[in-house]
Amino acid sequence: MAELNIDESGKKGKKKVRSKKQNAGVDLTAMVDLAFLLITFFMLTTSLSQPQSMDLQMPDTKDVEDIDKTVVGESNTMTILLGENDKLTYYMGMFTSPQEEPTDSTYGKDGIRQVLLQKISNLRAQGLTGTEGLIVIIKATDDATYTNMIDILDEMAITGVAVYAINDITDAEKEIMQ
Amino acid sequence: MAKMKKQSMRIDMTAMCDVSFLLLTFFVLTSTAKIPEVYPVDLPASTKETKIPTDDILTITVGQENVFIGLAGREDRIDALKRMGKEYNIEFTEEEQSAFAGMENFGVDIREMKSLLAVPQSERMKKELHPGVPYQDSLNNQLASWVKIARESSYIRKSTDEKKNFLKVAIKGDANERFGTVKEVIDILQGQRQNRFYLVTGLRTDDF
Repeated sequence: MAELNIDESGKKGKKKVRSKKQNAGVDLTAMVDLAFLLITFFMLTTSLSQPQSMDLQMPDTKDVEDIDKTVVGESNTMTILLGENDKLTYYMGMFTSPQEEPTDSTYGKDGIRQVLLQKISNLRAQGLTGTEGLIVIIKATDDATYTNMIDILDEMAITGVAVYAINDITDAEKEIMQ
Repeated sequence: MAKMKKQSMRIDMTAMCDVSFLLLTFFVLTSTAKIPEVYPVDLPASTKETKIPTDDILTITVGQENVFIGLAGREDRIDALKRMGKEYNIEFTEEEQSAFAGMENFGVDIREMKSLLAVPQSERMKKELHPGVPYQDSLNNQLASWVKIARESSYIRKSTDEKKNFLKVAIKGDANERFGTVKEVIDILQGQRQNRFYLVTGLRTDDF
């Protein structure tokens, strides 16, 4: 349908009244412009408006059989405490007799992520990976923000910690988070 | 010297137009309209890209220590309201039920629901009318009632013999909300053995 309207009127000077050939093509440029504009709009709004989500499975709080309980070893258990004003502290093992004393850290790739990755690779060197590898217990004070919790859960996803749980903070732990 | 032939600079756009409108139709039909929210929250960012399910889901919005409830699906909302009315001895008329079905989310005491539904539709989503669903008082924990009822309703109406249907629950917390408030909501859910839920987040754009 591409029209190449080559002037075929022949020799110059010939003035013959001819009925003009009517061009049946409608100019669609504006229409196409508009259509593409709308396409762009709908494409961007549909993909951006749908929020992401994090799937979180909490342990059952009621009558858990002893057999179903996960036994966690001291040496591969890390507890992360989240406090007010983006304060973050971690320790290894039991709180009363920690294998590694509570240490302050920060959120993000230069803080807790390096610690987590190092612990994971240490355990991997001993042949402990997956569910036998690092276990992280996350405890947040009431004054930590929701963003803090999401950030740390995100960190679990990034570093690939297989077992992690959110737990209630104890009074002694609250004390050191002041 | 031969004269350059004059050429028409027109390209036929019919096919292009067809394609673009086809795409346009596709996007118009697949997109869902943005749900008006009584309490728009600032979502915390995460790198997870799991999309949240859109149907058969109860969304609990947490912001400034207030809680708002959103239930997907008109039929689900009507059924939940009927059951809720039964629990709190409130009778809702047909008009009130259909008005409630049009509300994607809300944050009022069930005893004030009637007066909210009497407000004209255009003003019903105003923030001042939604102080939040009561949840801190253990004797009047309406959040717990809504969750229980929505789960019951979904389970009873949508389960088949082969497959049991469970309502999904999402928590949509404000980024600056204290964790304590979110924890209270989680505890309420866990009290009903609803141990699995979605945490709604936005997409992280900065380098984390």
